Amino acid sequence: MLEYAYYPGCSLEHTASPYDKSIRAVFDALGIGLHEIEDWNCCGATMYMSVKKIVGYAISARNLAIAQNMGMQICVPCSSCYTILRKTNRHIAWDLKERAKINEALKAADLSYDTFVEVRHPLNILVTDVGLEFIASKVTNPLDGIKVAPYYGCQIVRPHGYFDDVDDPVKMDQLLSALGAEVVDYPTKVRCCGGMLMTTQEDVALALNLTLLEAAVDNNADMIATACPLCQMNLEAYQSKINKAFHQNFHMPIVYFSHLVGIALGLKPKAIGSDKLLIEPEKLNAKAREVSV
Amino acid sequence: MIDRLEPFPKEEAELRAAFWEQVGSFPEGYKIKRCLQCGTCTGTCPVSYAMDITPRQAIALFRAGHIEDVLHSRTIWLCASCYSCTVRCPVGIRVTDTLYALKRIAMEQKIYPPKFPVHTLSRVFINNVYKYGRNYELGLGIRYFLSTNIVKLFTNIGYAWSMIRRGRLGLIPKKLKNINQMHAIIKKANEFGEG
Repeated sequence: MLEYAYYPGCSLEHTASPYDKSIRAVFDALGIGLHEIEDWNCCGATMYMSVKKIVGYAISARNLAIAQNMGMQICVPCSSCYTILRKTNRHIAWDLKERAKINEALKAADLSYDTFVEVRHPLNILVTDVGLEFIASKVTNPLDGIKVAPYYGCQIVRPHGYFDDVDDPVKMDQLLSALGAEVVDYPTKVRCCGGMLMTTQEDVALALNLTLLEAAVDNNADMIATACPLCQMNLEAYQSKINKAFHQNFHMPIVYFSHLVGIALGLKPKAIGSDKLLIEPEKLNAKAREVSV
Repeated sequence: MIDRLEPFPKEEAELRAAFWEQVGSFPEGYKIKRCLQCGTCTGTCPVSYAMDITPRQAIALFRAGHIEDVLHSRTIWLCASCYSCTVRCPVGIRVTDTLYALKRIAMEQKIYPPKFPVHTLSRVFINNVYKYGRNYELGLGIRYFLSTNIVKLFTNIGYAWSMIRRGRLGLIPKKLKNINQMHAIIKKANEFGEG
């Protein structure tokens, strides 16, 4: 049986709670063990390590140190946390002097970090570890007729492209195809949503998201599938602002890729949190209803 | 023949020293020396159009001895961390990480672009994480807008409410059980300086 330590991250507790719910439900349905890291803390995000490096890496390493004691790889759904935790590993492996400093800081909390814990994204776990054939065999509610734009965002493929191509990743395309969905051509699949710029420089972020929505409409997508809390929030919660600012009329549901997996596996919207989306993915929910009839 | 270069003014010399120390402190930081000024970073950057100094210009200005101008620009605070420049740079410069290095110098020296309080977000974020051990999204937004642009606090109320209604914006921050353990780590790590 596959087992992973689970690091939800702060967003998945609140704004991205539908993501959290769906990952847990989907992993459970596939018989994969997820064990939440006890009392995990914020990974520090880009904001911490870009202004205070050693402290940023040290608090990030606290999570890795606890996971190390669990003896499992870590499953990290948030793209930003994923990148930060991987970066922490890379930095500690590269800079031995700082590794010693970080370990000294961890020692203040009776922790140490010396075995490198592999940080994994659930998208990669599903496609590589679980396998597309196995997932396809578990599909009870194929998503045929649903056209999805696969939006990867930046940080699961960049800067290092650990599990997919930095320019043209395909893992989400493959996963969604295995569920029976029609994956549309989506040339902006790795274009930036602006991230935190929605808070700090709204006009710039709105323009970036306009491009993403336009590309989905141009390719006749019914919905956009994301793998990142910030991408999802920017595209969904600010869609009405985009409509207003650019005189558009978008009504594009923004789901997490795990919602599509959940519905295909026969789970209900309530069980995977897709009922908490601001823009209802009507076509997807209709699929779920078909089964229950 | 270059035989008489004027020394940098004291302040610039200090900033340069801090910069070299910073780019030496992350993997492949030294590759900044290889910049060809090709402009691929600027071309691939989704937000360069909104920058007063583009990423390529930032490197050129540094070379010309105007690092303070770079710190006064909005560039380092506009970067959305998408890493496009980093993966496209033909000589492998870690452009994003280099911008972070500049951010750390800016925060340390308190040199910011005028009327552009984005660095406030970093401060509020760090305080939040110290207090709770986790990021408290609602508190982060409220505090940031309170100290930068109070109008936006009101224009975002509707959006906040729609998220609260769906249980997607917690009113009460979640705090670590073992927050003292985290404070001990931060205290010790702080002793090693800004890094």
